[in-house]
Amino acid sequence: MLANIISWIAVVLLLVISTGLLLSRDWRWDIGFLAVQYIGVFWLVAQHWPPGMAAVKLVTGWMAAAALGMTLSNTSVRKERVEQFWPQGRAFRLFMVGAAAVLAASATPRIETSVPGIGLPVIAGGVLLVGTGLLHLGTDSRLERVIIGLLTIMAGFEIIYAAIESSILVAALLSVVNLGLGLVGAYLLTASTPEKELE
Amino acid sequence: MSAPLLWILIPIGIGALTFFVARDRLLIITGGAASLLLAGIALIVPIDEALRLGPFSLKIASSASLFGRSLVLNPTHAPFLVIVYGMCALWFFGAEAAGVARRLVPFGLIITGLLVASIAVQPFLFAALLIEIAVLVAIPMISPLNQTPGRGLVRFLIYQTLGMPFILFAGWLLAGVEASPGDLALTIQSTVMLGLGFAFLLAVFPLYNWIPQVMDESSPYIVGFLLWSLPTIASIYGMGFLDRYAWLRTSAQLLAGLRATGLLMVVTGGLWAAFQRHAGRLMAYTAVAETGFILIALGLNPATSTDITFLLIPARGLGIAIWSLSLSILKIKNNDEPLRFTSMQGLARSYPLASAGLILASLSTAGFPLLAGFPPRIALWEGLGQQSLGSAVWFLVGLLGLLIGAARMLAVLVMNKEETAWVSRETWVQRGMLGVGLIGLFILGLFPQALRPILEELPLMFQRLGR
Repeated sequence: MLANIISWIAVVLLLVISTGLLLSRDWRWDIGFLAVQYIGVFWLVAQHWPPGMAAVKLVTGWMAAAALGMTLSNTSVRKERVEQFWPQGRAFRLFMVGAAAVLAASATPRIETSVPGIGLPVIAGGVLLVGTGLLHLGTDSRLERVIIGLLTIMAGFEIIYAAIESSILVAALLSVVNLGLGLVGAYLLTASTPEKELE
Repeated sequence: MSAPLLWILIPIGIGALTFFVARDRLLIITGGAASLLLAGIALIVPIDEALRLGPFSLKIASSASLFGRSLVLNPTHAPFLVIVYGMCALWFFGAEAAGVARRLVPFGLIITGLLVASIAVQPFLFAALLIEIAVLVAIPMISPLNQTPGRGLVRFLIYQTLGMPFILFAGWLLAGVEASPGDLALTIQSTVMLGLGFAFLLAVFPLYNWIPQVMDESSPYIVGFLLWSLPTIASIYGMGFLDRYAWLRTSAQLLAGLRATGLLMVVTGGLWAAFQRHAGRLMAYTAVAETGFILIALGLNPATSTDITFLLIPARGLGIAIWSLSLSILKIKNNDEPLRFTSMQGLARSYPLASAGLILASLSTAGFPLLAGFPPRIALWEGLGQQSLGSAVWFLVGLLGLLIGAARMLAVLVMNKEETAWVSRETWVQRGMLGVGLIGLFILGLFPQALRPILEELPLMFQRLGR
């Protein structure tokens, strides 16, 4: 019972973090939110995996966030041309997060019915992260945002997938993918920074 | 010694070590020779059988354990390894002529090792993760550190990453379908998931917009390597699903869907190619059409689809290699500027072999007689005609588009004042590599049976598909 309550708290935490990630305009907040997001991911994954194995998600997520953060700290915020075909205001983003949350809330019981045993908070957390990750990809073309979006989608997917697959090999490969995304993001951010700025 | 160690870990290790090789020539020799050696071993040394060499006995075990699961390369995988590493050797030896050895050889070896691992991993479902890791390794290969990453590269990363979760979920749902075959909702869900996963992975219409963009942004030779390796392995991975699940293999709707999707790619690729004014984008749309050919082949009669699919693979590999090498040579001449038709006028007079490479590779893709692409296109067209006459006509429309693209490029390349002298500005290495490739295009076109000993054994990789 207590574990279930904590799981729902983790889902709420993920909702707050996802909203923060979408509204934030400062990379420091982004990295902070990303790091906290993985605590929620850890808790929900730990519902189906042993805590030691679930901790792999936490550590890998933090490593990916650290790689991105270290790179961003060495580059000033780039004045990239942001595509203007989407509304960019905070109200719009807040509305979109609300839509994602409603979608997650409506889809969760249906998924639970077709795949029993995963657990409502696990499904809700996973779907919410996948939804907000897709929002990142759909509303922002900046490199750091794209990588954060992909990491968020992966985190959501991993929460649900952990409930149906507990292979160590999968855990290891998913960790490599997460870490790889973080490193690729760091690499691309470095590549997109003018040499003078790096000096 | 085990087969996964030999054909997966050793290439990855050599790839990692070649990062420390300073000289380009040494890098190419190391990568090319290693690939050639691995192909030779796969051709000569039997897997899982003791080979006596005088007093010594050598046996390559077929499996190795990894985190409680296994990597398995059976004797039936040997022809696949010969083709993959043989083609890799060709790509690596051509890297000097294309001027990208430093990026292609180390990353290429690692990517190839990972892609072979994706075919070897058991359960085969986990291959999606290894393909994703290969995609991540490919990013620094496509975009060097001194170049701002473009939109195409970011889209490539997004689409390939999105494909993986769909395939993993689909695999899990498919196991449920196996357990309860009457559950229609589950069957539809798993098929849709699988379809979406492979749509992202194979860059199926309309998710292929990253291909022409990446072709604009990066070295054609490197993008060519990716356009050869990723769809080839993803197709074989997809065939693994058809082999594993009988209801997928026998589903008339799925096969019709594959044919329709493939046809859509061939027709759209052909039409876009016909109106292109940019040689790189023309190649990109041709690669899109090539993936369409594979999808059509997979959607044909299951008894023949495997043979035709494997017949497409060598011609496709050789065609893309020649095309991208020729483009790279012309792009170097063009100071790395995009290869628009306006900047390519008359290049046939100063770069005759590279121009011939471009023209013949594009004609081969369009299924021009005497060239490598002709025999598989004819087989494909015949198979498609047996299914539906309308589809065969649309297939012809796609080929016609590719042919028009090739003809327009030919016109641009030879467009020059009459008095301009013919000279060959390619280096000897470039001439040699292009010459070998062009001869290969004709050999595969005139004597398609030359590769028969290897091609006829490739379907043995699968237990049920094509039987």
